[in-house]
Amino acid sequence: MKIKLIDIAHGRSGDKGDSANVGIIAYDDKGFEIIQKYLTVEKVKKHFAGICLGNVERYELPNLRALNFLLHNTLGGGGTVSLKHDAQGKTLAAALLRMEIEI
Amino acid sequence: MKDKIRIASGQGFWGDLIEAPYWQVTEGDVDYLVMDYLAEVTMSILQKQKNKNPKLGYAKDIPELMSRLLPVTKKKNIKVITNGGGVNPVACAEAVLEVAKKIGINDIKIGIVLGDDILPNIDELISSGNKLKNMETGESIEKIRDKILSANVYFGAKPIVEALRQGADIVITGRTTDTGLTLAPMIYEFDWDFNNFDLMAVGTIAGHILECGAQSTGGNFLGDWKSIKNFEKIGFPIAEAFPNGEVIITKHENLGGKVSFDTVAEQLLYEIGNPKEYITPDCVADFSSVKLKDFGSNRVLMHEVKGSAVTEFYKVSCSYFDGYSASGSLTYSWPDALSKAKKADEILRARLNNLGLKYSEINTEFIGLNACHGPLAKIQSENEINEILVRFSVRSDDYNSVERFGREIAPLILTGPPAVTGFAGGRPKPAEVVAYWPALILKKLVNPKVNIFS
Repeated sequence: MKIKLIDIAHGRSGDKGDSANVGIIAYDDKGFEIIQKYLTVEKVKKHFAGICLGNVERYELPNLRALNFLLHNTLGGGGTVSLKHDAQGKTLAAALLRMEIEI
Repeated sequence: MKDKIRIASGQGFWGDLIEAPYWQVTEGDVDYLVMDYLAEVTMSILQKQKNKNPKLGYAKDIPELMSRLLPVTKKKNIKVITNGGGVNPVACAEAVLEVAKKIGINDIKIGIVLGDDILPNIDELISSGNKLKNMETGESIEKIRDKILSANVYFGAKPIVEALRQGADIVITGRTTDTGLTLAPMIYEFDWDFNNFDLMAVGTIAGHILECGAQSTGGNFLGDWKSIKNFEKIGFPIAEAFPNGEVIITKHENLGGKVSFDTVAEQLLYEIGNPKEYITPDCVADFSSVKLKDFGSNRVLMHEVKGSAVTEFYKVSCSYFDGYSASGSLTYSWPDALSKAKKADEILRARLNNLGLKYSEINTEFIGLNACHGPLAKIQSENEINEILVRFSVRSDDYNSVERFGREIAPLILTGPPAVTGFAGGRPKPAEVVAYWPALILKKLVNPKVNIFS
């Protein structure tokens, strides 16, 4: 069965130097079980192929039903140096919500 | 001791909604108004202004804003705390005193926090063994030493608490952490021990929820954004803090927006790294410890927050000159909008190359197609695309190369593909790129100073 991440979670993203942070929050406990199990470093790294050029770190915040991902080497040099239209990675949480998960 | 205090966020950045701080003090009861003005890049801009005029170097909006706020804050006994002093808190305080006198308010005390600006003695600090190496890349500061534009230490809540204890009605600081602005009044009012790191984490995390203004009350909310009511008069967040370390995040009821588990959780996740190690000058806060309880009616309790001991370092933020950049754009319409935009890019690059110009980077983006999500974007068939805004950007150490790039955009209109428009605002001009160099410095080498102006 395929689940659209956008149907079970929301999130927010921003910049930390040349890294982007992408926080993903499940709407309920069942949703958190799914993202905790299926939203792995490997899946996120593969999803952001061509966007995230470095490694991906993953942290869990179960009290908030949330995961936090750090995508390194992603913003074209970071905030003030980057030539990207989205230099601060503000739209990357929405980009991750495009993912479909096979469960 | 008060049994609770209400701390209102008035600005999430310099340039935020101008009416927000006024609504915060007039649309309901609050005890404190906190306003964050400083981003990394802001300090270098302010330093440049101060170099040209020693009376500048702070957020210039503040005196005008204070002339509106003061009659209210004075009457309702609301204290104001801001880091908008930038690189010149003294000049900011003098300007505020001047506007206060103009409106007949002569008895205010302004506390200013100084000592964060280490630019004047940076050579001394480096030569006496503080390497100030880049904490992200490990590179030596020698790489940028002759290009440094500003260098500021991030102070925490402590000097603000000192200013409040000396009776300040308004506290104006330089580079202070956004979170320290909110933590300080809790320490001051509830007499919290600086070594109680769980309580320091409470104020720090509440500060994180407040520091981006309406981003915790329904602004930029990626959940059910359509459910957010009255965006036009959105309420900024208020932290209702209790001596035991419980905090209720709320907003004025008659303003718009929404405070819920989801809106607060999104802000908690914003721009954090390892949630267990959110390092500030006041504590190391554990964001994963935070529990939220949504009472409905725009009240969310934050409780059971944990923190751990401070490190022996302050963070230093240096900014340095790193060349020039410019961006320009054109819009191509149907038919073949994307092919035309791609052809224009090809022509522009060939012309720049033929001129022998040098760039460290040339970036072309197709806005409306995939500028935001890159390869993840779902591309419609080209026939259906009505228009493409092509955005060209360059970066170079060579001013002339960037300047000439700015003169090569408009010619594409008459010398390239058809059905093109949208060239407004004149030639893109080279902007100085200010890059950012994060480092650490031992706390014992830096001394925050508090002065009272009245």
